[in-house]
Amino acid sequence: MAENSVKLHYNVDASDFTVAGQASGAVKKVLKQLGFSADVIRRVAVAMYECEINMVIHADGGEIDVEITPEKIRMIHKDRGPGIKDIEKAMQEGYSTADEKVRELGFGAGMGLPNMKRYTDEMNISTELEKGTVVDMTVLVK
Amino acid sequence: MKLSEVKNILNAQVVVGEEFLEREVHSACGSDLMSDVLAFVKDQALLLTGLVNGQVIRTAEMMDIKAVVFVRGKKPTDEVTALANEYSMVVMTTDAPLYAACGKLYCEGLVPKERLD
Ligand SMILES: Nc1ncnc2c1ncn2[C@@H]1O[C@H](COP(=O)(O)OP(=O)(O)OP(=O)(O)O)[C@@H](O)[C@H]1O
Ligand SMILES: [Mg+2]
Repeated sequence: MAENSVKLHYNVDASDFTVAGQASGAVKKVLKQLGFSADVIRRVAVAMYECEINMVIHADGGEIDVEITPEKIRMIHKDRGPGIKDIEKAMQEGYSTADEKVRELGFGAGMGLPNMKRYTDEMNISTELEKGTVVDMTVLVK
Repeated sequence: MKLSEVKNILNAQVVVGEEFLEREVHSACGSDLMSDVLAFVKDQALLLTGLVNGQVIRTAEMMDIKAVVFVRGKKPTDEVTALANEYSMVVMTTDAPLYAACGKLYCEGLVPKERLD
């Protein structure tokens, strides 16, 4: 139902690592206010946070659109990064191209995309080298 | 286990959240890689880590983790403690290294039940 939907938009700035995760935090707050279950909120928050971090550490930032309805929460992450060469590889647990600097910040385990897959009900990635990546995820409210 | 017990066992100092030490934790997770922490849902967990930046607090917040212990004597910056404060978290520091800190808590009975998916 269109009148029952909440739409949110966020810009993700890649130049400041300390603010990465702000959008996910904000969405979490909104979902809490709307009264979603703790499980749904956590699944959305973790998937979106992983994706937001990826936009900052692997791409050059971008935009996130979130649509919330009573039935599902859809998050679309668009970045201006280098694209993903081999999606199948990237989806494997433990695969990461993160450098030492990113690891020092606590990321680069190669668990982000597998986590997103695990916590969401639908996940689609479309990517183009040197253009960017779109990660489209949906969590169903069951 | 109560956070006040965690504090005693680890000989830890409370940086923020002194008022929440009556909180209970049922399991713990020790890691310096945040996606590892994000991989499994544990209820009322404690996070122990040697990594000290704001993303530790954000990661904890996403997982509804209400208490973080920084190991090896690492001190969080004001920025990090302010964020923890905003989320009503307990933050402690201990001189013990990660392995020893986890081992001590485990021996004292902070043993997670089997993971429920
Ligand atoms: N938005 C993106 N743009 C370009 N490459 C990406 C993007 N997201 C992921 N990748 C690539 O896919 C790999 C795997 O991503 P994934 O999130 O699973 O792990 P990671 O980010 O390296 O580590 P972690 O998420 O555990 O901190 C990355 O190392 C990177 O090479
Ligand atoms: Mg990642």
